[in-house]
Amino acid sequence: MTDPILTLSGITKSFPGVRALHNVSLELYAGQVTALIGENGAGKSTLVKTLTGIYQPDAGEIFLGGGAITLPTAHSASELGITAIHQETVLFDELSVAENIYLGHTPTNRFGLIDWQAMRREAQATLDSMAAGIDASIPLKELGIAKKHLVAVARALSVDAQVVIMDEPTAALSQKEIEELYVLVDLLKADGKAILFISHKFDEIYRIADRYTVFRDGEMVGKGMIKDTPQSEIVTLMVGRSVDQIFPPRTAAIGETVLEVQGLSHPTEFDDVSFSVRKGEILGFYGLVGAGRSEVMQAVFGMTRPSSGTITLEGATVSPKSPADAVEAGIVYVPEERGKQGVITGEPIFKNVSLPSLRKTSKSGFLRMAEEFALARTYTERLDLRASSLSQNVSTLSGGNQQKVVIAKWLATLPKVIILDEPTKGIDIGSKAAVHEFMGELVAQGLSVIMVSSELPEVLGMSDRIVVMREGLVIDTLENKGLQPETLVRLAAGIAEEKAA
Amino acid sequence: MNRLLKSRELWLALAILAVIVLVTLRFPRFSQPANLLTIFNDTSILMMLALGQMAVILTRSIDLSMASNLALTGMIVALTNAAFPFVPVPLLIAGCVVVGAALGAFNGVLVWKLNIPPIVVTLGTLTIFRGLAFVASGGTWVNASQMSADFIQLQRGMFLGLPILSWFAIVVALLVYVLMTRTPWGRAFYAIGVNPVAAVYTGIDVGRTKFLAFVLSGALSGLAGYLYVSKYVIASTESAGGYELTVVAACVIGGVSIAGGIGTVGGAILGALFLGVVNNALPVIGVSPFWQMAISGAAILLAVVLNASSERSKGRIILKKAEVAA
Amino acid sequence: MSDTTVTARQLPDRLDNPLKSAVLSWESLLVLVALGIFLANSFASPYFLNAWSLSDLTFNFTEKGLIALAMALVIITGEIDLSVASIIALASTLMGLALQYGADTPTLVAVGVGVGVLCGAFNGFLVTGLKLPSIVVTIGTMSLFRGVAFIILGDQSFKGYPKEFSWFGQGYVGWVISFELVLFLVAAVIFYVLLHRTVFGRQVFAIGNNATAARFSGVRVDRIKFVLFCLTGLMSGIAAVLLTARLGSTRPSIAEGFELDVVTMVVLGGVSILGGAGSIIGVVLAALIIGLVTFGLGLLNVPGIVMTIFTGSLLIVVIALPILWKMWKERRA
Repeated sequence: MTDPILTLSGITKSFPGVRALHNVSLELYAGQVTALIGENGAGKSTLVKTLTGIYQPDAGEIFLGGGAITLPTAHSASELGITAIHQETVLFDELSVAENIYLGHTPTNRFGLIDWQAMRREAQATLDSMAAGIDASIPLKELGIAKKHLVAVARALSVDAQVVIMDEPTAALSQKEIEELYVLVDLLKADGKAILFISHKFDEIYRIADRYTVFRDGEMVGKGMIKDTPQSEIVTLMVGRSVDQIFPPRTAAIGETVLEVQGLSHPTEFDDVSFSVRKGEILGFYGLVGAGRSEVMQAVFGMTRPSSGTITLEGATVSPKSPADAVEAGIVYVPEERGKQGVITGEPIFKNVSLPSLRKTSKSGFLRMAEEFALARTYTERLDLRASSLSQNVSTLSGGNQQKVVIAKWLATLPKVIILDEPTKGIDIGSKAAVHEFMGELVAQGLSVIMVSSELPEVLGMSDRIVVMREGLVIDTLENKGLQPETLVRLAAGIAEEKAA
Repeated sequence: MNRLLKSRELWLALAILAVIVLVTLRFPRFSQPANLLTIFNDTSILMMLALGQMAVILTRSIDLSMASNLALTGMIVALTNAAFPFVPVPLLIAGCVVVGAALGAFNGVLVWKLNIPPIVVTLGTLTIFRGLAFVASGGTWVNASQMSADFIQLQRGMFLGLPILSWFAIVVALLVYVLMTRTPWGRAFYAIGVNPVAAVYTGIDVGRTKFLAFVLSGALSGLAGYLYVSKYVIASTESAGGYELTVVAACVIGGVSIAGGIGTVGGAILGALFLGVVNNALPVIGVSPFWQMAISGAAILLAVVLNASSERSKGRIILKKAEVAA
Repeated sequence: MSDTTVTARQLPDRLDNPLKSAVLSWESLLVLVALGIFLANSFASPYFLNAWSLSDLTFNFTEKGLIALAMALVIITGEIDLSVASIIALASTLMGLALQYGADTPTLVAVGVGVGVLCGAFNGFLVTGLKLPSIVVTIGTMSLFRGVAFIILGDQSFKGYPKEFSWFGQGYVGWVISFELVLFLVAAVIFYVLLHRTVFGRQVFAIGNNATAARFSGVRVDRIKFVLFCLTGLMSGIAAVLLTARLGSTRPSIAEGFELDVVTMVVLGGVSILGGAGSIIGVVLAALIIGLVTFGLGLLNVPGIVMTIFTGSLLIVVIALPILWKMWKERRA
């Protein structure tokens, strides 16, 4: 057996209040794909940041080709031939495609000046070899999200790297594009590169990985060869318990239609979207990342202005021009990007919870702190928030508890329709179950819930009906009775029936 | 062709041309080459400052201390010349660039190492540098009689029909153009302005890049210090008073986005030229020079409205029909 | 943390000791600085500790301080208004113009304040209606407003304001207590209540900490920002009345450079230039400190331009010190 090209041993990294990595080890082999598997929050992204020189480990060693190395800066990592393709396509909208591929290692002429022609030519060659169908000279901002992702892959290919980290590279790609990516991964393997492939899609892992390493709660809990290991074993390692998620039984009686959306359209994001949600119903929205589901919800919530279409709430037409209008009408939205859009980081829990309800807790515009604390306490305790006090800064809470703060904030406004956008993304299993249980309670109390989710078990386990979106269009609306997961995946990815069978 | 029509530089050049044509219709002498060259020469200093400011603004920062840097460096060089007239002027110019760069580095270090917002840092040094110019001179002026002949005449010399001052601007513009478009250093300015997070992953040190932008703007302010003092043949604490915002105005008119990452050398130069042409045109058409300030204010507002409408993001491109056919 | 029991828990309101955090606050640092400068002044000049000297001192900061109160709110939301001094110039010029047409004192005040509000509304419209960055907008209106004053006045000046008008800038409410000082203190109390005790103030902080999340939480971000720009215009209009009355004349160059002094005051007062944090008490203390420094140096016959070195350095040092202190502690840890 050959020696690994990159070895991590005893890596530990802590942040104030959180131990992100504890004594983890990892080996990558030349010409092989190692899958790094773990739930959100298991420490995968911290490890990537450690490997790319963004974070410095508190303890532990990194060996490359037998010698110990340190990665004090991102630059030193790329100098040593460690490159990463990231979860979110971290690229430069205003720069050209070619420059996006070559920034940081641009070809230069004999005067040390950037050789734009060579750069464009080589970028085009790389893109063409991938059959990407992208013109290297146009600005990146003119591309859609899937094509931007291909540019990111091309960037990794253009670097003369020994180690390529692919951090959920298929998240936003269509099935056809994913197949193309597999071909590229095979090319990289044949080239002798060591690949770290981060994913939580098992079909993908079994399709392309040679080895696996499993992280749980910041620790390495298992590693081995993919071909010797049954899927169930890896899953058990990953979650540390039996995998069957228990979803609360739905007991809510479904009533008449509360919210009806007709022909909602936007110039670039979505077109002719119609759906309705009834009293006591959970309406699931399924689709691939970037299918336009969040964009539709944000239009319903008044964040963006749709170009046409109508929204009817309890029989009356509403056209929210701002979220404030939507909240007043009784529509609230728990956004996907919790840190940017959900919580007001830097402010304490109680101020976050009371913000949209200040009219209720105040008296003629003046704050009444006792009422605010009482309101915040009522709703946070209903959600079983774990915090030391109501004045604790929300940014020091875990993702799951931040989500509880956001939900508490909206429940305090006594809404009619609550839209949850990826409500359990990036939160621990305990909080996940709490959020699911709570959704059940909400509909039992007569609320209408719209849940945008990319997690199949969640969509199938929670929804009464499911709307499937693809590329900004509603593909189908299905009753969730005896629905097969494959049906949803096929609709979302746009794979024809016979091909999938 | 489509891209050319969207080019801000083209529209700005047309606007400048329109002003020149309109004025010429009534006063034909306005567009005589000699007069146009004078306008160019008069705008040279502003152009160089605008290029420095552009580098800083590209990195999502701002340098409000440029005019004070100019005043301080100008005062130092004038005092040096008055005290030691035998020191050759090219050496003095080099000294100006070094002093200016050092003052810029002071801003840069505070931004880089202490992470103080650039507007706060340069607001502070704006007053400090000008105050030091007063301290250095003891509140007096250095006037023509104290300056050596070389010191005054160097930039007035002619080369290929253009004053040396204009050549300074041309050479600086070319150097900055090469820097911005052909060196990794220049591209880093753009990269950290467009997406600082992604820039880190490509190996760019954001803090260090900002520092370098401040050094560049400082060095150009220092150079402008000599040129200003010898052009107006006087060094006072009040040199280029209020100029810090005129420089920002030139950039904004030239299409440099205050949010960072967008801006071209051509744009910044045209922005400065626009202000220069308007300022020169006013007295010609008999408008009181007191209109100057209001016009440049209106021009800034107009420019920023136009910039914003072309930069405004139109949402994510999700629909297939919305994606450009590549 | 020990709160992992599932049985009925009560989340406490707060855990930290409010007294302790008050002692360790930015404001107490400013109090110390102010006291230090006060003592230094009384040792440096025998003329300092005198009721009339101290009264004169207040004129150094009341007009700028009034604007700083509103500017603090604007900066807390993450915006900035660099046009305030130009608003003073335009308001003062139009007051002078009104005077030429025989306006009486109430009309003059109405013109000054009204012009201020309109200018502020114009800024507010450009920033919130057209979604433009406030720093560029107000650099533009800074030239525009003062430019209009220059168009009207050129190198002339308006003089001959009525005596009862002068009282706003020169009058005393009683003994050595000037009208300007009383107005400043009253405004400080109003702004304190507005920022720290009302729903509006709470929303201002929320916007500054995370404007996107605030908008997602149903805060009418644009409306609040618009109101704040109007408010800054209003305070600039009031400052224009006071300054014009105090000087007794209007030139288009009036209040030149005020904008940076006001921003310095606000930042020195502990308001984060990045938005989201700050207090009115801090701003009032900073106004006092700047007044003390300029007045003290004035007594020592230090020229005005040299004083700016002190205020500029004060700004940088006061911001840098806590950062350096934190870095030093981290390096030791």
